[in-house]
Amino acid sequence: MVYFIAKRLIQSVFVMLAVAFLAFSLFRFVGDPITQMTGVETSVADQDRLREELGLNDPFAYQFARFTGDLLKGDFGFSYRTRQPVAEMIATRIPATLELGIVALIISLVVGIPAGVYTALRPRGIATQAILMATLVGVSIPTFVIGIMLIFFFGVQLGWLPTFGRGGTVKLGGWETSFLTIDGWRALILPAFTLGVYQLTLTMRLVRAEMMEVMRSDYIRFATARGVPMNRLYFKHALANTMVPVITIIGLQFGGVIAFSIVTESVFQWPGMGLLFLESIRFVDIPVMGVYLVVIAFFFVLVNLIVDMLYVLIDPRLRIRDVS
Amino acid sequence: MLAFIKRYEGLWLFTRSPAVIIAAIVALVIIIGAVFAPWIAPINPYDLSSFSLTDGLLPPVWEEFGSEEFLLGTDDQGRDMISSILYGARLSLIIGVCAMTIATVLGVGLGLAAGYFGGRFDAIVMRIADIQLALPAILTALLIDGIARGVLPPEMQQNLRVTVLTIAIALSLWVNFARTARASTFVQMNKEYVQAALMQGQHPLRVMFVHILPNILGPLLVIMTVDLASAILLEATLSFLGIGLPADSPSLGTLIRIGMQFLLSGEWWILWIPTLFLVALVVSINVLGDFLRDVFNPRLR
Repeated sequence: MVYFIAKRLIQSVFVMLAVAFLAFSLFRFVGDPITQMTGVETSVADQDRLREELGLNDPFAYQFARFTGDLLKGDFGFSYRTRQPVAEMIATRIPATLELGIVALIISLVVGIPAGVYTALRPRGIATQAILMATLVGVSIPTFVIGIMLIFFFGVQLGWLPTFGRGGTVKLGGWETSFLTIDGWRALILPAFTLGVYQLTLTMRLVRAEMMEVMRSDYIRFATARGVPMNRLYFKHALANTMVPVITIIGLQFGGVIAFSIVTESVFQWPGMGLLFLESIRFVDIPVMGVYLVVIAFFFVLVNLIVDMLYVLIDPRLRIRDVS
Repeated sequence: MLAFIKRYEGLWLFTRSPAVIIAAIVALVIIIGAVFAPWIAPINPYDLSSFSLTDGLLPPVWEEFGSEEFLLGTDDQGRDMISSILYGARLSLIIGVCAMTIATVLGVGLGLAAGYFGGRFDAIVMRIADIQLALPAILTALLIDGIARGVLPPEMQQNLRVTVLTIAIALSLWVNFARTARASTFVQMNKEYVQAALMQGQHPLRVMFVHILPNILGPLLVIMTVDLASAILLEATLSFLGIGLPADSPSLGTLIRIGMQFLLSGEWWILWIPTLFLVALVVSINVLGDFLRDVFNPRLR
């Protein structure tokens, strides 16, 4: 098991290095950093001096090593657009995106797993056909349209919920949370649901496919023959064995949630990282784009590492294989 | 013969499912409307002289104050909504089809080669695919678009918008094709007909494209349909975010973004009619994709 985790850790480090390299190439080769940092009136001599000071004339590998070192120290450079430290800009945006993503993920699991189990157990039922058709439509409606529709019905027509921003937030240390006020929760509902719908359909389809596969297996048939009560059979024997792929998908979905939060944040003017990333693309603010990538990749790698460790907890076979 | 039976069976299934028939009709109507937009649209939305501000904000014909001249109403500039939508759907479809075609050629080519040659080439292609699979398509497309903005000189940006967008979408969708083509090629490589062709000393390219490709077309066709829907959605999303196309050459996504400004006012048609068209188009294509999957994969039925 130690070997397994160590192997995953090393792989993760390589993924992070690859992403850091991408971010570095962005910074170094998309446009000239010097022209971005200086104005029109800066003389050529001054530009050259700055180039030398920043070490842009050093060998490529050396520059990349320094870039990675700076990243590790938390020094993410300065934005071309606002001239603020990128680390600060991203850090203030992280809580908004993470809270939105986590609530969306919970919605997708709490609704998606039971729906998947139900549709797998009653494949010919009318409700199942309706749910399956609804998921097909759900997959086809773009996230931003779902957002607009929710804004229209619950925000404009009914006037129940706020349609933009985070509402009331409370500062806990450096973390600005909307979990502690009613206003914050109200503002969170529509964006989280918008973000969760697409993931929900994926969760449901996966759980359904896995569950149907498991229900066909010999040990379930044997358990049925033995007279194990149906509910116990479904939820203890069958569902437990669908959990490994479901946990995998949570890991993958986390990436999806973060990426689609760009769209959701844009529709609801949610002040998270996604909105910042969009602004930075519009203004070709390369340092912010690069750091956004690195931060996203870091979360992604971290979640997948945790998922891998959960496997070992859930699936006893993995523990045994290690011993032999 | 086998292909004929498959086709026959497919047709038979087709007539049995009303949802699929409706989807096919909806998709066909929108596609024909988009293809022939310059001939059937009442006005040309790109031509400023063909509409006037005095016709602005007219509701669809069935509402009060609706005019028969503009069946689905007009936007704030006085543009006929039908014309905007037909031209918009045309642009969405052009970008979607081109992106899907590029992704298919690139993905199938790489996947076939990876499955055929195996070894180190296979490992490299699949590692790249794995890394890209970790990044969701929309992030890849946004990133490529952002890079293009930084690299291209400003005077070329406007003219190349459509090209950049198409390539960005294509590069974020090729992975699916590559993985499927590779897996299917692996299966075919052990079949006798491939072994026979190899033993005759036929050129690898000939074996790949003449012998193997026709036998792996089924699953690829399914992915092409599903990815066409994804490509149209991606384009609409990027244009909605204001990253895709500029407002003077609107696709369906851009029309929806413009319509958002009228969300709070009474002019619902400016927002909801293009939205309806986009959703109808994508839902239909996805229903057809699901149907094709069932046809080519009877096990799931």
